Amino acid sequence: MKVIVAKPGLDGHDRGAKVIARALRDGGHEVVYTGLRKTPEEIVRATMDEDAAALGLSTLSGAHDVLIPAICEGLIKEDLGRTVVFAGGIIPASDRDALHNLGVRAIFGPGTSTSEILDFLNEVSSRKKSGESVGVGESSEWRWE
Amino acid sequence: MEMGVKEQDIVDSALQGSRRDLSRLLTLIESGFEPNLSLQESWTIGVTGPPGAGKSSLIGNFVDYWSSRGDKVAVLAVDPSSPKSGGALLGDRMRMASADSGDSVFVRSLATRNHPGGLSAYISTMIDCLAACGWNRIVIETVGSGQSDYRIAAFADRILLVDGPDRGDIVQAEKAGIIELADIIVVNKSDLEGSEQAAEAITSSLSMDTSPPSVHLVCSHDGTGIEELIHDIENCVPESRSGLRARERLISAWDSRLLNHPELIRVIELLETGRITLEDAIREITLSEG
Repeated sequence: MKVIVAKPGLDGHDRGAKVIARALRDGGHEVVYTGLRKTPEEIVRATMDEDAAALGLSTLSGAHDVLIPAICEGLIKEDLGRTVVFAGGIIPASDRDALHNLGVRAIFGPGTSTSEILDFLNEVSSRKKSGESVGVGESSEWRWE
Repeated sequence: MEMGVKEQDIVDSALQGSRRDLSRLLTLIESGFEPNLSLQESWTIGVTGPPGAGKSSLIGNFVDYWSSRGDKVAVLAVDPSSPKSGGALLGDRMRMASADSGDSVFVRSLATRNHPGGLSAYISTMIDCLAACGWNRIVIETVGSGQSDYRIAAFADRILLVDGPDRGDIVQAEKAGIIELADIIVVNKSDLEGSEQAAEAITSSLSMDTSPPSVHLVCSHDGTGIEELIHDIENCVPESRSGLRARERLISAWDSRLLNHPELIRVIELLETGRITLEDAIREITLSEG
């Protein structure tokens, strides 16, 4: 699967994002890492140009409740609603429902094993194969828990 | 049939300027689709050189220059797939600061996907598509570490070879023939010690050639020498590489036939255990063809 790993906003720590990018590559995925401090518009554009099937957002700054909705809306607006969106970093449990309701299919917190993220992507693949639509702009109720 | 109709819709929409459908079209081409396009005039440059020489950063400079002048710049950045997992980490985009900056810049990362013969099977189709969609500066970035990887640069009309100051890698590579392809050679990181010597060593190693490529000393980080380099690129008269490209296609097709041959594993086993000679193995494969 072609996956973009992106760092939205102003937080300057990307060790986690790089570990994820590496783990996904080792799991057989083609991974594009955007680098630090990207705006929602830049992330949507990169997702479009790369024709990525999935977008992973890493945020540690606490601005997830502003940035992630902006990205999800941007994807839908640009007709990229089939993109599967997942997130990771520091996202408190109390904020997660709101993000899931926007179409974010998985939220991984600290301590998640890299194999769990690969399992998630495998699950995405098999659901897509069986015809289920799990993109950010699609109506599935499914979330990874 | 229905699939074909859908693909044609994507082609039409891309030609009418849909960026999203251009991007989808490139994915289709990657999986073997060949759109029916009229012959395209295109402007292309291949950028190759050893890992870490600063190819992506330098392309970032070109992107800024051309896009601010009103050109539409597309970059195809090629990175290798892991032979172990089949996955790939495509990091060139990250090093091009202006990659996501606007409507006049399009950057697409491509993994080699261990295609026998690299990406050469469909890179020219991608170039035609980009040209047909109005992208008038097309840059192909390749890794310089493997034969088939840098050979993709042969599909561009102009070839830029980038090296760093501390390596002299491309002087080494002279023996391997990569330097023959270059129209222009760039020693990047001119702010670092040893860069002038590296440029001189390259210039002197080429002094026996009848028409040696020009050698530029630049620093993509602070912009030193970039304008002169771009000026030289713009004035570079592309040499016809049709013979070279035909050769690349043949090698790639040959590799692909060999590597997809149903008897390949059996023949390798026979060879491994010494039951047949290399000559026998070649005969075995060519005879059992079709």
